[in-house]
Amino acid sequence: MSAQQAEAHAEEPDQQSPPPGREAGRFGAALAAARDGSWLLSLLAVVLALVVGAVLIAAADPRVQETATYLTARPSDFFAAVGTAVGGAYTALLQGAVVDWTADSPTRVVRPITETLTVATPLVAAGLGVALGFRAGLFNIGAQGQIILGAVLAGWIGFALDLPVGLHLLLALVGGVLGGALWGGIAGGLKARTGAHEVIVTIMLNYVALRLVEFLLTLSAFQREGQANPISPPVADSAHLPPLLGAGFRLHAGLLLVLLAAAGVWWLLERSTTGFGLRAVGANPAAARTAGISVPRSYVTVMLLSGGLAGLAGAVHLLGTEDSLTAGIAGSFGFDAITVALLGRSRPGGVVLAGLLFGALQAGGVSMQARTGTPIDIVLVVQSLIVLFIAAPPLVRAIFRLRDPQSRGARA
Amino acid sequence: MRLELRGITKRFGSLVANDSIDLVVEPGEIHCLLGENGAGKSTLMNVLYGLHTPDDGELLLDDRAVTFDGPGEAMAAGIGMVHQHFMLVPVFTVAESVVLGHERTRGPLLDLDAARAQVREISDRYGFGVDPDARIEDLPVGVQQRVEIIKALVGDARVLILDEPTAVLTPQETDELIDIMRQLKAGGTSVVFITHKLREVRAVADRITVIRRGRVVGTATPDASESELASLMVGRSVSLGVGKEPPRRGEEHLVVADLVVRDARGARAVDGVCLSVARGEVLAVAGVDGNGQSELAEAVLGLVPAESGSVRLGGAELLGLGVRGVLDAGVGFVPEDRSSDGVVATMSVAENLVLDLVRSPEYRRGLSLRRDAVRANAERRVQEFDVRTTSVDAPVGTLSGGNQQKVVLARELSRPLELFVASQPTRGLDVGSIEFVHRRIVAERDAGTPVVIVSTELDEVVELADRIAVMYRGRVVGVVEGDTDRDVLGLMMAGVPEDEARRQATSHPTRTDHLDDQGGRPTAVPTSAPPPASGRPPAEETP
Repeated sequence: MSAQQAEAHAEEPDQQSPPPGREAGRFGAALAAARDGSWLLSLLAVVLALVVGAVLIAAADPRVQETATYLTARPSDFFAAVGTAVGGAYTALLQGAVVDWTADSPTRVVRPITETLTVATPLVAAGLGVALGFRAGLFNIGAQGQIILGAVLAGWIGFALDLPVGLHLLLALVGGVLGGALWGGIAGGLKARTGAHEVIVTIMLNYVALRLVEFLLTLSAFQREGQANPISPPVADSAHLPPLLGAGFRLHAGLLLVLLAAAGVWWLLERSTTGFGLRAVGANPAAARTAGISVPRSYVTVMLLSGGLAGLAGAVHLLGTEDSLTAGIAGSFGFDAITVALLGRSRPGGVVLAGLLFGALQAGGVSMQARTGTPIDIVLVVQSLIVLFIAAPPLVRAIFRLRDPQSRGARA
Repeated sequence: MRLELRGITKRFGSLVANDSIDLVVEPGEIHCLLGENGAGKSTLMNVLYGLHTPDDGELLLDDRAVTFDGPGEAMAAGIGMVHQHFMLVPVFTVAESVVLGHERTRGPLLDLDAARAQVREISDRYGFGVDPDARIEDLPVGVQQRVEIIKALVGDARVLILDEPTAVLTPQETDELIDIMRQLKAGGTSVVFITHKLREVRAVADRITVIRRGRVVGTATPDASESELASLMVGRSVSLGVGKEPPRRGEEHLVVADLVVRDARGARAVDGVCLSVARGEVLAVAGVDGNGQSELAEAVLGLVPAESGSVRLGGAELLGLGVRGVLDAGVGFVPEDRSSDGVVATMSVAENLVLDLVRSPEYRRGLSLRRDAVRANAERRVQEFDVRTTSVDAPVGTLSGGNQQKVVLARELSRPLELFVASQPTRGLDVGSIEFVHRRIVAERDAGTPVVIVSTELDEVVELADRIAVMYRGRVVGVVEGDTDRDVLGLMMAGVPEDEARRQATSHPTRTDHLDDQGGRPTAVPTSAPPPASGRPPAEETP
């Protein structure tokens, strides 16, 4: 086939779907596809990932491996073993994530769901940040660094200052949000001023943030007395986020703040003039510019807000759950937040649901490993597969034989 | 070679792009396929070229049924196609471009000598005047098009499909292309000429097939009048002229002086342009695409910075205000490329109708958007501009090009204006929509707004302009009255100064202009069952 024919072929998809705005090349197109996909695809991606996870659970199970050696002789053994392994693992996952109906005390029965909510809290906050970036056309990979900065500032205010109850907590939270906003704002400012791609800048800033917190923890101002490990003093009680269900559970008031933030992001995007501009810039920066919307200013605004939300994640995680600052404070929240934003289709409500799902997978994964010996890595695999399936909508459509809503007929 | 399409049907989902189309192209015939954008012409040709498989019907070459799986097979069978957008590699030479894809080699080396000889042979045979060693990027658009034609002929095409070939040409280049088509015809090659320009159809066609909404609605001979062809194409009678009153000029309102704008590569895209537009008149900026008109319009809006000069509106300087400031000064702007600069495809019709207005107190309350006001505005504009949409909440990307353009116009004309600038206001629109858009523009002029139209379509320029500024290579060649002869305009578009152009035009009139619009007998014959003309056009959009 000649180059001319190849080009003619390559042009075909373009003729079939309306251009999704002017976004930078393939990367932009992929981003737009992931961002604008349907809820059904999200759901199917999760289902598919769980199915593949089930295969892996079965393959890793010793009993399944054993029965597989005489599969042809007695297939029933094999299938029974598969059923036991998969059923057992996913039951344990469910028990660890929602309610443990086998537990002996009421507290223990409901503890799993509170754990899920606790883990979901920072995930949702950071996910909202990433989602906001997506809606404005920016790929903020830097939630990890922004969480760290948020945690550093919130933590420092929490343990170094001595302030009245209420004010202390408020200040620590505000500090956390500002820390994240600052870190995100750097990337936004660089993009607006110099055109530096936010993906590269935010990735690099993640490293800077990590090294920064490691360095800070070697300073006497951050180092806990009498500790050789790099860990800060615990935050003062006055800066602590109050527990929601009493001291017996880890769940804290940060959850309410994050839900409030989700409502705020929804209002910003769907009801405010600022959000209108951000959405226009995200969907078609050229048209936005022609309509007199300042694209660089939008980039700075959205990176400040996006970073601020990630900073909030760091702050509530530290002030509600962790108590003291360590280099690993952000865990993998910053990266999971990207997945959460994608799975939630960058809509605030979707992000909350996706955050809950990921919280549940993580909380349940621990119990799955403890009860059935299924490695917790399966959870990681499932999470990764969800991203993979979301990033490849045609694959999911092919598996479920769905029709592509984009492919409409072209008359030309 | 005789080409016959029998009952070709092509569906995309629920949309029937081609509905049992019959078409016969006799050997050595120039067959015009006339239809509006979205009528299904290109789909039909893509079926013929092997890019789409038909759902029904058959293709016959010399009465033998064939099927093509991909353009390779179509080319092998003797069908060549020149796309509207050329598929050439800018840094290649002509010879290299022509052999790309079926390179002949001598050992491990490319045998370019053979290619050169081939190009020279075809070029001489048809009088193309193409140098095989010229680099594509150095060639004018018209010559690049000939290279595409040579490519097809080297592939031994006996049916050549030209898809909207004149969209990128000056009137003189169009004439040359018409010559080439006649030469090809004389050499026994059939030509399928796809277009929506009535003037050209009548100049060159042996037979005309009109397609509307995926069906053949009639055939005609070239002596059919333009209005007959237009009515067939649109499905109702259209008035081709706006019939505007002479302008009632007010004071000079927009004054552009010594404007210099550099393009991305640092070249002077606008090179010392001086223009003035009075209230109540339309100034059309004519020129072949890429001669600085777009940059001129963009600089006025503040989208690109001007290097020097001034743009004064009612005495106040516009340069340096930024886009927001220019819009706030009362400038309405219709960008050249509506899908990339005019609308946000994924946002709703209602949202697009206030894209540059949300900051005004009418549509905001504090930080919130007044959604009721946005909606009320949308309902009103959709009615006023006859935007065909299922709802004001539908994403604007689901609308047809014409309706998207109406959304842009409705937005820009929905506030009191000090200046209205429209770049290519009807590019890609069908005849019906063009009529509407032109009427609105003239209405805005009659309301006393100075209007600047940037257009590469000579028809449009002549239709709308009270005065015409012709641009060539960033400069204004001349400003002439709106009723100036097309030949003169065409020559000026090629850089010939006004006096010289007038002299040349009288001695060598162009061909497309010599047909009398009203001269034909009623030879356009509708086929038996034309589809109802009153229904809504499909919402599907062809990008």
